[in-house]
Amino acid sequence: MKDKILLAHGSGGKLAHELVEKSFVKAFSNPFLAKLDDSAVIDISGRLAFTTDSYVVSPIFFPGGDIGKLAVFGTVNDLAMSGAHPLYLSLSFIIEEGLPLDELNQIVNSVQKAAQEAGVEIVTGDTKVVNRGSADRLFINTAGVGIIPDGVDISGSNARPGDKVLLSGTIGDHGIAVLSQREGLRFSTKLESDCAPLNSLVAEMLNASPNIHCLRDPTRGGLATSLNELAKQSKVSIRIEEEKIPVREEVLAACEMLGFDPLYVANEGKLVAIVPPEDADKVLGAMRGSHYGKSAAIIGEVRAEHPGRVAMKTCLGASRIVDMLVGDLLPRIC
Amino acid sequence: MKFVSEFRRSELAEGLISQIHRKSRTPARFMEFCGGHTVTIFRYGIRQVLPRTLDMVSGPGCPICVTANADLDKAIALSQIPEVIIATFGDMLKVPGSRSSLQEVKADGADVHTVYSTMDALRMAEENPTKSVVFLGIGFETTAPTIAASILQAEEKGIGNYYVLSMHKLCPPVLRAILDSGEVKLHGLICPGHVSAIIGSYPWEFIARDYGIPCVVSGFEPLDILQCVDMLVDQIENGESRVEIAYRRGVHPEGNQQALKLMEQVFEPCPTQWRGIGEVPDSGLKLRKKYQHFDAELAFDIDPGPAYEPVGCICGDILRGVKTPADCQLFGKACTPEHPVGPCMVSSEGSCSAYYLYGGGFEG
Repeated sequence: MKDKILLAHGSGGKLAHELVEKSFVKAFSNPFLAKLDDSAVIDISGRLAFTTDSYVVSPIFFPGGDIGKLAVFGTVNDLAMSGAHPLYLSLSFIIEEGLPLDELNQIVNSVQKAAQEAGVEIVTGDTKVVNRGSADRLFINTAGVGIIPDGVDISGSNARPGDKVLLSGTIGDHGIAVLSQREGLRFSTKLESDCAPLNSLVAEMLNASPNIHCLRDPTRGGLATSLNELAKQSKVSIRIEEEKIPVREEVLAACEMLGFDPLYVANEGKLVAIVPPEDADKVLGAMRGSHYGKSAAIIGEVRAEHPGRVAMKTCLGASRIVDMLVGDLLPRIC
Repeated sequence: MKFVSEFRRSELAEGLISQIHRKSRTPARFMEFCGGHTVTIFRYGIRQVLPRTLDMVSGPGCPICVTANADLDKAIALSQIPEVIIATFGDMLKVPGSRSSLQEVKADGADVHTVYSTMDALRMAEENPTKSVVFLGIGFETTAPTIAASILQAEEKGIGNYYVLSMHKLCPPVLRAILDSGEVKLHGLICPGHVSAIIGSYPWEFIARDYGIPCVVSGFEPLDILQCVDMLVDQIENGESRVEIAYRRGVHPEGNQQALKLMEQVFEPCPTQWRGIGEVPDSGLKLRKKYQHFDAELAFDIDPGPAYEPVGCICGDILRGVKTPADCQLFGKACTPEHPVGPCMVSSEGSCSAYYLYGGGFEG
């Protein structure tokens, strides 16, 4: 029989210690964690960015990633969206009893690889095991800290009329890749999640222009929801052009089949930037030069009238409102 | 062929739009029957790009919207029976019935599951042999064949705990009812694409023949709709009324014979209630005698109580094409997608939802 996570793995006793040493400390080897003290003690100075997030994605493995990779990149990206240089992460695992140890180890390894790619360290963590049915296989909670370089002032309320709206690549890849694996909905696609760390992309963009006004990663709720948030926070309107927004043909096709609009489908490796017009081309160049922003595009601009509203020029040249996502995405029935 | 992006190309759209502007001389009102078409029309702003000669109204082609409250109340009553699992398409959850919604009773503990296909519901019945699974059979001719197939499979496998609450609706009879009422003067009909993929284009012939109204079956991409409008304008300017297909990649004149056979085998037409329209003869589907043991209404003793319509809601008038969401006092105020009063605001294919989400008539 294959090894499985038992309630005893979360009891604080021998099995728990074995799990921590054999799985976590081994994978995340760094001096902070290796001490196994109650807290990681780190020297840090500068303007600190501090974020937290929880990951409950189902299924926990999906094309192009898994819950571990998602947790690391998601947290790194939240830090990067305030212009911070991400440094340290904490990870807490809430495991449903019965999870095969193999799968946990796969995820732990994927966390380590992701941390390496993003250049951050996992310095503290925790494990709890709950009864079958009290969690869905595995949940991960994270926290992250990073340092914001001097002269950088990025906030959702900084957009100004005339600013350009930049998008780092195709939308909807993550949401459709995860949905394609969901029980009862399974369809075959070559599409993979776009799950990626965006801190190096942001660093290169800031190199090109430290005057970037807003950054946001359009995760749940998709591009439409992020743009609405920015328009409301900055009390401006945003006008985008449908034809300028990069969308993969596979995503378009899956959205048609399921009755979704790609504007509302989740991304995990994309960002929206709002940039003063005179810096837009420089920033776009920097994005396209980065591995994570090759198909970046200027998709629209910020306007003063109708504060809080997002509008889109459709491919027919007409205009329509782009509202926030309401409720969950549901499949159509006819 | 990629089947999506080719049908959204702006340079082709531009050509079609200017062609329509050039040809259209006679003022005309077109109805798009199908909610899917309504969504495309608003999502791409098609009304904004058409000439002033052309007026568009939305029809009753949203299966969720036309479901009568009395039928919703039956579904909710069934959910209250112990050991009954309700399996439904997701759009039904939020629709307010007379006193509650499936979403509310689910939160209170009723066993309500969203499924993506009838076969998932059938599997649920197989996996829960001590419970009864009731599938909410909603939809037009598009979904009915798949539900018929699930019943035949249940019969073949001897699955005795699978039931269907048949609330199906048929499209051609309700169009006849709308045209006979004379409330809306129509000069052209955009016929539903998916429904026609099943029933073909022949069942629309009576509209062109008896009422002199040009009919064109359309697909769901913006270029499909523009092509359909262009063909309708041609017929009008030439004084013709015929049934044409602008959706050849999906629809054959004779339809899908296999699907029609399944439907015919399991269901027979019956009178049924449409929200806002009332009872229409032969516009519903009930299980044939041979398959009546799958009929949830016969298998369970339910008393849903009297049905009420929400006060001030004009969904019924909107579904008949007599009024638009802009005429409703509740629209965008008391009734929003987050807090819907009527079904047209809930369903992703409802007119009110399309107006609200995409900003009907919005210029900006």
